Amino acid sequence: MDAIILQILNGLDKGSAYALIALGLTLIFGTLGVVNFAHGALFMIGAFCAVTLSRLLSLSHEVAIPGQTDFLGNPATRDVPYVFDIFGETVGASIIDWAVPLSILFAIPIMILVGVVMERGLIKHFYKRPHADQILVTFGLAIVLQEIIKYYYGANPIPTPAPAAFTGSFDFGAVIGFDPNTIIYPYWRLVYFAFAAVIIGAVFAFLQFTTFGMVVRAGMADRETVGLLGINIDKRFTIMFGLAAAVAGLAGVMYTPINSPNYHMGMDFLVLSFVVVVVGGMGSLPGAVLAGFLLGILESFASMREVIDIIPGINQVIIYLVAIVILLTRPRGLMGRKGVMED
Amino acid sequence: MSKGNLTRRGVLKTGAVAGAGLALPTYLSAASHEGFTNAPTGSTVTLGFNVPQSGPYADEGADELRAYELAVEHLNGEGDGGMLNTFSSKALQGNGILGKKVEYVTGDTQTKSDAARASAKSMIEKDGAVMITGGSSSGVAVAVQALCQEAGVIFMAGLTHSNDTTGKDKRANGFRHFFNSYMSGAALAPVLAANYGTDRKAYHLTADYNWGYTTEEAIRSSTEAMGWETIAAVKTPLTQTDFSSYIAPVLQSGADTLVLNHYGGNMVNSLTNAVQFGLRDKQVNGKDFQIIVPLYSRLMAKGAGANVKGIFGSTNWHWSLQDEGSKAFVQSFGTKYGFPPSQAAHTCYVQALLYADAVERAGSFAPCAVVEALEGFEFDGMGNGKTLYRADDHQCFKDVLVVKGKENPSSEFDLLEIVEVTPVEQVTYAPDHPQFAGGALGSCNNGA
Repeated sequence: MDAIILQILNGLDKGSAYALIALGLTLIFGTLGVVNFAHGALFMIGAFCAVTLSRLLSLSHEVAIPGQTDFLGNPATRDVPYVFDIFGETVGASIIDWAVPLSILFAIPIMILVGVVMERGLIKHFYKRPHADQILVTFGLAIVLQEIIKYYYGANPIPTPAPAAFTGSFDFGAVIGFDPNTIIYPYWRLVYFAFAAVIIGAVFAFLQFTTFGMVVRAGMADRETVGLLGINIDKRFTIMFGLAAAVAGLAGVMYTPINSPNYHMGMDFLVLSFVVVVVGGMGSLPGAVLAGFLLGILESFASMREVIDIIPGINQVIIYLVAIVILLTRPRGLMGRKGVMED
Repeated sequence: MSKGNLTRRGVLKTGAVAGAGLALPTYLSAASHEGFTNAPTGSTVTLGFNVPQSGPYADEGADELRAYELAVEHLNGEGDGGMLNTFSSKALQGNGILGKKVEYVTGDTQTKSDAARASAKSMIEKDGAVMITGGSSSGVAVAVQALCQEAGVIFMAGLTHSNDTTGKDKRANGFRHFFNSYMSGAALAPVLAANYGTDRKAYHLTADYNWGYTTEEAIRSSTEAMGWETIAAVKTPLTQTDFSSYIAPVLQSGADTLVLNHYGGNMVNSLTNAVQFGLRDKQVNGKDFQIIVPLYSRLMAKGAGANVKGIFGSTNWHWSLQDEGSKAFVQSFGTKYGFPPSQAAHTCYVQALLYADAVERAGSFAPCAVVEALEGFEFDGMGNGKTLYRADDHQCFKDVLVVKGKENPSSEFDLLEIVEVTPVEQVTYAPDHPQFAGGALGSCNNGA
């Protein structure tokens, strides 16, 4: 029982990332009809927003260390961050420590800008082209973006830790009556799950309870009719692209303490996120979220040693097997709408 | 009297064929001088540096390339000479190799076997490389080594740690300076016993490919021999990025030690995840929970950040060594590039010099002559103490470093501290050791 609870918990944070990326993918597909293979790259760029802010906050000047030499025998120096000079060492250290949460504020405008530039500069030219063309151009864009990141940040993972207050793990098992240490869960992963829930809730509330959201939903259902009413739906869809980019970017920002970001992290999530979108149902926002968590938890269960011992390699294919079963029994996915991608 | 079929043309043809046949042995006997693949004919000789310039190990590849460029400078008599000044062999004079200026071409392995073979093939066939060297993966090393054997050029492996490179997949034209999984186990086990005791229950997470298997086998074998029990060994996909579902069950298993047979991004992520789960803060079986990383790399340790603090592992070389060879190399590399070299850079630099030295001593670029010069070659002054290139398997035998993540690093390069320099005798094994079983060197191939 404790193993089952543990794997459900493990699946939640992975499912959170899948759900957030798939939510953005579905928003873009539902509004603009574009299959955006560059969406994983937006997740990666978000993560590098956190890396960038962390580096900006750590910008330093050198101070000589009397009596010590460096590896070449030259007088040794140590780096003193400018924030120490401005705010003092204690406050300065806290600011650097909280770089990842602070990156949320830093990443939102950047990601919206990246999304809008991407949509206006490239993707809008492919609206009326076949999906194959869209996939090719957005996949190419994803590779270009990751190579740019690699050029500036290198190929190695870059550690971007969570604030010290969130290091360590919560002994969940002890709270619900199991032996200590049987069900432990890192604090930051709990934060990530809660953050994902808030973002998902906010996106749904935005679409459900605002006039803007209502127009977008109407546009998703019948773009032509909304246009005939004199509403500039293209402009709203561009904003939605920016919003989807921001959602992916924030998912990336908060993911950095879980796994040190590298230039390839977007690709690692991209294919699985597309499976999530298809399983959830193309164009269905609730479907994307449901499938994200479902597949995240299933993947977690399939990684259990007891399961791998019975079916070797199941951890590598479980998501695809489930996708096949669901698509055979429910061709439109879990919550797919009729007519979407069926023309 | 039968009518003969002799004609003037027939006689000429027969004579030409017979002449060629008679001349053939002469040509083959001259092979040791000119009859080999890409024999240098002008005033230059071309070496092929096959390193990961893209893909996940691109940073390690960049450091390897820096080291090769430095080696070429030193071979051609430029710069401060680096380890040429400390190398026990004095055959190299700083005038290239056999008087020919050293030039080089580079290839991108992408850390993919097929891409690495294609780039090596291109450097051999199009650029005329007489030797191929480099790489940051055992899969790549084994693939390129086999290609070089077929093509008749020498392969001086870069960073490759799997037992198989000089075990079941060894080749006569291939040589490895880097240490291997067995040596990591043999060096680490006594240090682990001294620090953590002989009554431990270990849980292995192993990267699901060749290097992972040999490393797990080596560490299990060494630790079980000193009394540890292996509770479980779980294979993890090479493409895995989040290891939480593999790490979470570790505490439930009753294990008090986690061995991460991972390298590169896998190591960074699995170690980060393990620390996040608070494993190092736990007590199991009345002991502090411990994590071990058998193969350390400074570049990877940087990726894992503070998570490496206090964690034991092994490494081939470290820039903080204070022998004359290491100091000369660090000085030379650090002056040119502004930071200390990695172990990948070190092994590649040394391999380039060892090849050049072997050619000088052999008096020929012919692969078989170079093989003969390297086999059983003993040397010193290259940063690892006295070293032997064993003839039986073309593996270098030298001291191995046991290191630990530094608690209070003074700079971004100062991440590992040397705990012990394990003497070569402790990591030496018989050529027919079970972990290296199968395969044969075969005969050297001059190609052409």
